[in-house]
Amino acid sequence: MTVVLNQSFTGISIGAVLLLIALGLTLTFGQMGVINMAHGEFIMAGAYTTYVLQQSLGGAGLPLLLALPLAFLVAGALGALLEWLVVRRLYARPLDTLLVTWGVSLMLQQLARDVFGAPNVQTRAPELLTGNVSVAGVTFATNRLFILGLALLSVLGLTLLLRLTPLGRRIRAVVQNRDLAEVSGIATARVDRTTFFLGSGLAGVAGVALTLVGPIGPTMGTNFIVDAFLVVVVGGVAQLKGSVITAFALGVLQSVLEYSTTVSIAKVFVLVAIVAFLQWRPQGLYTLRTRSLA
Amino acid sequence: MSTVLEITALRAGYDRTTVLHEVTVTVPENGVAAVLGHNGAGKSTLLRAAMGSIRPTAGTVLLDGEDITRLAPHQRVARGMAYVPQGQQSFPHLTTAENLRLVADGRPDGRRAVAEALDLFPVLGELSGRRAGLLSGGQRQQLALARALITRPRVLLLDEPTEGIQPSVVREIEDVILSLTSRGGLSVLLVEQHVGFAMRAAQRYFVLEAGRVTSSGAGGTGAESTVREALSV
Repeated sequence: MTVVLNQSFTGISIGAVLLLIALGLTLTFGQMGVINMAHGEFIMAGAYTTYVLQQSLGGAGLPLLLALPLAFLVAGALGALLEWLVVRRLYARPLDTLLVTWGVSLMLQQLARDVFGAPNVQTRAPELLTGNVSVAGVTFATNRLFILGLALLSVLGLTLLLRLTPLGRRIRAVVQNRDLAEVSGIATARVDRTTFFLGSGLAGVAGVALTLVGPIGPTMGTNFIVDAFLVVVVGGVAQLKGSVITAFALGVLQSVLEYSTTVSIAKVFVLVAIVAFLQWRPQGLYTLRTRSLA
Repeated sequence: MSTVLEITALRAGYDRTTVLHEVTVTVPENGVAAVLGHNGAGKSTLLRAAMGSIRPTAGTVLLDGEDITRLAPHQRVARGMAYVPQGQQSFPHLTTAENLRLVADGRPDGRRAVAEALDLFPVLGELSGRRAGLLSGGQRQQLALARALITRPRVLLLDEPTEGIQPSVVREIEDVILSLTSRGGLSVLLVEQHVGFAMRAAQRYFVLEAGRVTSSGAGGTGAESTVREALSV
């Protein structure tokens, strides 16, 4: 029983990381239909923001707390800039967007190499997040608990924003009927940029969280980008709940398979399961019509 | 009667196909101009071009004398234009209340504007929590009209507001349009297949055939037979 609970927690914590890195994509890819290959580099920008803060301020706890809003702003600003410079000119050409943002992703990686050097760097986790807590024989790593809490808070915040605020209504309206939104008085271009800012900002927050579980490097984003797209595609584009369910389901599946096989074999089985699922349900768990993936 | 919206020598279309050829249409202040014509004559294209959804290749659109030809649709809304497109369009996954609040957001008198719209279409108040995609065609059209009116337009573009709607609701929608225009402060450019209603409402009419105005004149029920004759050619 303890083994099952331990593996479940491991699965849920993998799911939380998946959810955090995919959450921004549920906006830029899920809601707007933009295949942004530079999303991983916004995760990297968030991670390096934490590193820079820790280098400048010293200590571990305060820089981590400050990094959360700052990484959101840094990655969000990068995203808004990318949308303004490139993406808005290519809304009707999704494949061109994919190629161009891939190019931008390579440029950002090189920029990180030039500024921070090619080798990976590491941040220090606050003491509170380096240990474990045990409840009824089950061990919980505190850094994983922190990431789980951050992921759930981010989902809650995004849900409230989309459901209850004027901006959320505008974002949903533009996704559902862009032409009608425009003739109803909504500045759709501004909504696009704000949505991109939010989605990219969430990638920055994911980057901060990832500093707690791994090293920071120029190519760290590329390690996560495929998983993030898988979560959104399997969850069904434009539906937040689909991504939440998928992230945790894939996390638990990965964890269970890892226990009985190896990490690599588990990954293969997870991918096979995803392929099989998409054959059965190509639209993903939940669907809503979007502009370029109608 | 002075003119509030002046569309002059407008040429517009899609890709390389020109649909409208030098179309000139005017809307009287506090009045209704009706555009009539067969399917494919270019009526909806005229409204889309007037609203800025498609960019004309020639001609001008003046609102109160200001050239708005190059403005984006949302900028035209800010200047007092509203548009109810064909087909009872809504934001299907937003509730009725959200559809209305969406356009009221950010307006100082937004709450009052929503309340007034609900007075005009009480059924929307009863369905406030229901997703717009689950409403009937007539209810969705009332929602579309309410959404347009919340922006407090001076010029309302209506594209076949009674098309495909059950007769009981058609009468209700016609009554609202007639009462709004008779109250003053609102001018309407109405595209309508239903000649009887169009001529009852309109002070001016324009018959569009193959993207050209082939006949125009003063509206009113007296002109109905002239219009029917023009349409039968």
